[in-house]
Amino acid sequence: MDRSILEIDDLTLELGGRRILDCLSLDLWEGHVHAVVGPNGAGKSTLANTVMGLSGYREYTGTVKFLGNDLYGLSVDQRARLGIGMAWQEPARFRGLGVEDFILSGSEDKSAEKAADCLMKVDLDPEKYLDRAVDGTLSGGERKRIELASILAQAPRLVMMDEPDSGIDVEALKRIFDAISVLRGMGSTVLLITHSMTVLEQADHAFLLCCGSIQDKGGVEKITEFYAGRCIPCDHKNRPEEGC
Amino acid sequence: MGDSELVRKMYESLGEGCITSPGVAHIEIHGNTVLGLHLVPGLVVEAEEREDGVRAMVRIEHGARIEKPVNMCFGLIPEKGVQRIEMDVEVGEDAAAAVVSSCTFPNAVDVLHEMQAVVRLGPGSEYSYLERHVHSPGGGVKVVPRSFVDLGEGASFMADFEMLRGRAGELDIVYEAVCAASSVLEMNARISGSGDDRIRIHEKATLSGEHSRGVLTTNIAVRDSAWADIRNTIRAEAAYARGHVDCREIVRDGATARAVPVIEVTHPLAHVTHEAALGSVDSKQLETLMARGLTEDEATDMIIAGLLSPRYKAEVTR
Ligand SMILES: Nc1ncnc2c1ncn2[C@@H]1O[C@H](COP(=O)(O)OP(=O)(O)OP(=O)(O)O)[C@@H](O)[C@H]1O
Ligand SMILES: [Mg+2]
Repeated sequence: MDRSILEIDDLTLELGGRRILDCLSLDLWEGHVHAVVGPNGAGKSTLANTVMGLSGYREYTGTVKFLGNDLYGLSVDQRARLGIGMAWQEPARFRGLGVEDFILSGSEDKSAEKAADCLMKVDLDPEKYLDRAVDGTLSGGERKRIELASILAQAPRLVMMDEPDSGIDVEALKRIFDAISVLRGMGSTVLLITHSMTVLEQADHAFLLCCGSIQDKGGVEKITEFYAGRCIPCDHKNRPEEGC
Repeated sequence: MGDSELVRKMYESLGEGCITSPGVAHIEIHGNTVLGLHLVPGLVVEAEEREDGVRAMVRIEHGARIEKPVNMCFGLIPEKGVQRIEMDVEVGEDAAAAVVSSCTFPNAVDVLHEMQAVVRLGPGSEYSYLERHVHSPGGGVKVVPRSFVDLGEGASFMADFEMLRGRAGELDIVYEAVCAASSVLEMNARISGSGDDRIRIHEKATLSGEHSRGVLTTNIAVRDSAWADIRNTIRAEAAYARGHVDCREIVRDGATARAVPVIEVTHPLAHVTHEAALGSVDSKQLETLMARGLTEDEATDMIIAGLLSPRYKAEVTR
């Protein structure tokens, strides 16, 4: 039996006086790869930030439950220790923080071999990168891959990846897809946030997010068809009325 | 205590053993006594003991390239005392050397350490100078380094000041540099302050030659009731001179940080920038690490450790 790892019910969140998530409900099955697609500004990153409990995203109505635990009021690290992990759309830069320390920050195994192994899984040469800093001297794509390496080392039960393909070249994207397979193999549940069809194809199930709520869900083919054919040209005309 | 015992104690406080390799030049000065001096070809040192310190002339001969870093070790093992060092450094044309200077006052209760250095870099020479301090946990030390650096045409000078072990105590740094055409200057300070430490850094670089470049970087973390005041100045006077002043200070508890970057340009083809950020750690950095399961305190410590590591170097904008 598939069991739910993340259950979201009627999630509503306002930012700057605007309703960004609007009675959003979704359910993720454990061990599967899910995708949330939707146009720019639909609320995809907001959804991930809210599940992770980032500052500014903690006040909402509705419920968010992870493995049955209500997440409301929990800090980011408490959520991480429950098993939630996240890769940012635009990863942070850290002055002077070494790549190795960063990769191992959430790992139980603190060995250099572990860091090297995770770097190789995202196709970066440990010899070239382990001693560098996770700062602005890395390209955007390198930082994203290093962040993914840190996620592999952390091995969370749920990984939210916000636009894993942004700033990534075609070859590197294949390695990122390999890493997603590795996560799947470890039993992690993956939530891919994207507006790319190529990324969407990696998923088992997809949700279409528009104007802060889920407009449709189902198999990847169905959502792809709807997203490309009707959603993108729709110009948000299907915005729901206020109230759940 | 015998000389060799003092030398051993100085290196021990740095977490190191005595230097034994014949290829590595070193000099050890405890208080006003030169305890050890070992030279390599191309390096000339003349040291004169004075009442409360040592005056040293250091010369890297023209064209000499000293392969391994020269180790200088200054310090006082007792709880009280004064050490005044006067140093004249001359780096000959096209010469190259790196110096690691360790200043250790591991038991200081009431210690004064003064350093007056004049460094002259000949054309095309390269000199890098790392000064790292180990102080007592009680912070009973006042450190007053004064340096004047004169960079010849095409010379390069990299200085890195590190105060991370023990308490800074009272630290009052004044560095000044003048850069001739096509020379490159980098001065970097990494300091952690706690208790009632007082940290003052005044650095000034004058980019007087065309195509000269200068970067002054300060990374500081203060906590408890420590206090840091950074005034770094770059003045660019020539075409294509490029400068950048960069200051990052993380403040915790009841500490205070102040930064006053001064940038001054007197030539229309020169360009100088500055960047300063003071206060809490960046929330995105913090939350990224907390999303790996680190507590807020653990994440903050890790961010500060990165900031204070020698890995970070600011760069001039082109
Ligand atoms: N702090 C804020 N205050 C006001 N509005 C905000 C704030 N943060 C985000 N928004 C708005 O919320 C909406 C959703 O933003 P979000 O970043 O979640 O979109 P997204 O679906 O991830 O888009 P993209 O595909 O461009 O990454 C946008 O219209 C954005 O402008
Ligand atoms: Mg987004």
